[in-house]
Amino acid sequence: MEAIIQQFFNLDIMARALPLVLAGLRQTLLLCFIVIPLGLVGGLVFALASLSSSRTVRWSMIAAIDFFRAVPPLVLLIFVYSGLPFAGIRLSPLTAVAVAFFLNTSSYYGEIYRAGIESVGRGQWDAARSTGLSAVSTLSHVVLPQAVRNVLPDLVSNTVEVVKLTSIASVVALPELLYSADMARSVTFNASPIVLAAAIYLVMLWPVVRLISRLERRMAS
Amino acid sequence: MDAARPPILEVRGLRKSFGHSEVLRGIDLAVAPQEMVFIIGPSGSGKSTLLRCCNRLEEPTSGAVHLGGVDLMAPSTDINAMRRKIGMVFQSFNLYPHMTALGNVTLALRKVAARSRTDAETLGMAALDRVGLAAKAKSYPGELSGGQQQRVAIARALALEPTVMLFDEPTSALDPELVGSVLAVMRELKAAGMTMLVVSHEMRFARDAADRVIFMDHGVIVEEGAPDQIFAKPREARTRAFIAGLTRS
Amino acid sequence: MNDWSRFVEAFFKSNLIEQYLPSILQGVVTTIEIALAVVVTGLAFGLALAVVRSFEIRPLNVLIIILVDILRALPPLVIVLIVYFGLPNVGVSIPSFAVLWLVLSLVLAAFAEEIFWAGILSVPKGQWEAARSTGLSFLGTLGYIVLPQAVRLTVPPITNRTVAITKNTALGTVIGVPEILNQATTAQSFSGNATPLMMGALAYIILFIPVVALGRYLETRFAWRRN
Ligand SMILES: Nc1ncnc2c1ncn2[C@@H]1O[C@H](COP(=O)(O)OP(=O)(O)OP(=O)(O)O)[C@@H](O)[C@H]1O
Ligand SMILES: [Mg+2]
Repeated sequence: MEAIIQQFFNLDIMARALPLVLAGLRQTLLLCFIVIPLGLVGGLVFALASLSSSRTVRWSMIAAIDFFRAVPPLVLLIFVYSGLPFAGIRLSPLTAVAVAFFLNTSSYYGEIYRAGIESVGRGQWDAARSTGLSAVSTLSHVVLPQAVRNVLPDLVSNTVEVVKLTSIASVVALPELLYSADMARSVTFNASPIVLAAAIYLVMLWPVVRLISRLERRMAS
Repeated sequence: MDAARPPILEVRGLRKSFGHSEVLRGIDLAVAPQEMVFIIGPSGSGKSTLLRCCNRLEEPTSGAVHLGGVDLMAPSTDINAMRRKIGMVFQSFNLYPHMTALGNVTLALRKVAARSRTDAETLGMAALDRVGLAAKAKSYPGELSGGQQQRVAIARALALEPTVMLFDEPTSALDPELVGSVLAVMRELKAAGMTMLVVSHEMRFARDAADRVIFMDHGVIVEEGAPDQIFAKPREARTRAFIAGLTRS
Repeated sequence: MNDWSRFVEAFFKSNLIEQYLPSILQGVVTTIEIALAVVVTGLAFGLALAVVRSFEIRPLNVLIIILVDILRALPPLVIVLIVYFGLPNVGVSIPSFAVLWLVLSLVLAAFAEEIFWAGILSVPKGQWEAARSTGLSFLGTLGYIVLPQAVRLTVPPITNRTVAITKNTALGTVIGVPEILNQATTAQSFSGNATPLMMGALAYIILFIPVVALGRYLETRFAWRRN
């Protein structure tokens, strides 16, 4: 028991690691503020293209979405970060992370939007267009608000996944939360800094996870 | 009612509360063998709750329920074994959607009555035959009409050879043209001597099939008697108002 | 040398393909083994948790909810690192593939529990009542009536979630599990060429595209789930 506390919940070590870990947290938040909006917008573009009336556009978008959903994000990241330089494209860790995560999260968000838009009945389009609304207005004022409401739990749940995803940026030495904590672990030979990072993730995400359960239950009833 | 015969189902001093609201406030009721008793009353008067207390789907707050002399409330009573003897038919059929009609009918025979598959299927086919649906044995509930589904539900209860059957508004979820087929099955059960406790507002059917009608309101039995008396010459003002409402609609 | 041949040289160099194909294939086998183990234990444990939860024993349910919430809120890599680096220091040493298997199974179990539990809740109360009224026990009702309907309802979300979590086998590379990505990056640093990385990426795509497509197919086939 003593050993477990020493190894996982060592407050001394946590206190010493705190400044480093907080600096990492700042990077994680920065990453979230880049990746989440990019993914939300990119996903919408993916979704709209995958509902296009042109068969070619539709099927190539669906293929692209499935492609990026099939590749593990870490594989994508390492490919972008250490594979592309061989083609003469050298990206900073932050850019590499942004590019890889953009492709991954847009696909997931895109799939969710698509389900949402499909859940809004054809009648809504017809009604709105019959009142003279343009396609763009119909989409933004009538269809999307309903679509987003219908898939809100999935959107929120995917956003949690994106925040969790940022932790793998540590693999390409981007000094975010997990990377900083792991640095502290390697100099102290103690897992407490990572437990500290875990606690920070929990504080950020637990309320959202609870919220998702609520939302899902409300949708089901 | 023939006073010489002891009742088969007997409810005494039954009370049931949900939180602070008392839904059943002291019900006494005895059903004789082969008797068909109708329960009528306004929405929320406690009819379903009374029925559901009879097989302890709802746990009574106090009072006693006896079936064939066995105390259903006694800790030593195996309630699952007793439930086999109390068939129940629901307003919304509640057929198992992932099983065929025959699967619905034979499940409890196999898992509760521990019959072999072939035994269960013989009994199950006989039960489906009694409700006129032997031909639909292989159909899934989704492929049957409402009336057929309800008859399968009756067969599901019947297959266990119950001593009493409880019906909770068996026809009120049905389109009018499908009601007749279910009532016909109930009429045949009656003719075959089944004891039945029925919540239903099918007045015409009650008049020519029921032995006794009970009017409930606010968790108590207000009045009971022969169908003709209750429907034509109710004694209590509340009963009269309720019957008048039924006839109008 | 033009751009195209330079590209082929960097990503599809044929002698490197030949040289590293065996180790990539070994990685594929390892990935498949761990993925299958995770799917089996994760789903089984998740279903077991959902069944325990349906008994409505309050203290037990609070524990399940807390465990599930934590596993849903933490990045899997964080848990992997805590287990991998922490446990040896308290005298428990388990091999890295077992760490990966254990952590991913727990994470999958947590998500699966939520989905199965939602499925159990979505089976109408009348189904319970009808079954209990014929004398079936609580467990009999759960096993014969409720779970078959609940599980059918949850096939699409479970499939998608399972795919998303088994893809995390790639995280094994961080702790030295010799799965595809690990083999690919090792080969890349030896050869100084991106061809092994490309092979690894392709291996993942060949492995996972069919299951992603299966998830999509199930989603449309079971579209009635959201009515
Ligand atoms: N599980 C429950 N929890 C709380 N209150 C309940 C529950 N079940 C029934 N009630 C309440 O008990 C009262 C009687 O309900 P019950 O279903 O027995 O009435 P009923 O006579 O069958 O009505 P109806 O004709 O509408 O079916 C109602 O006020 C109802 O709201
Ligand atoms: Mg009722």
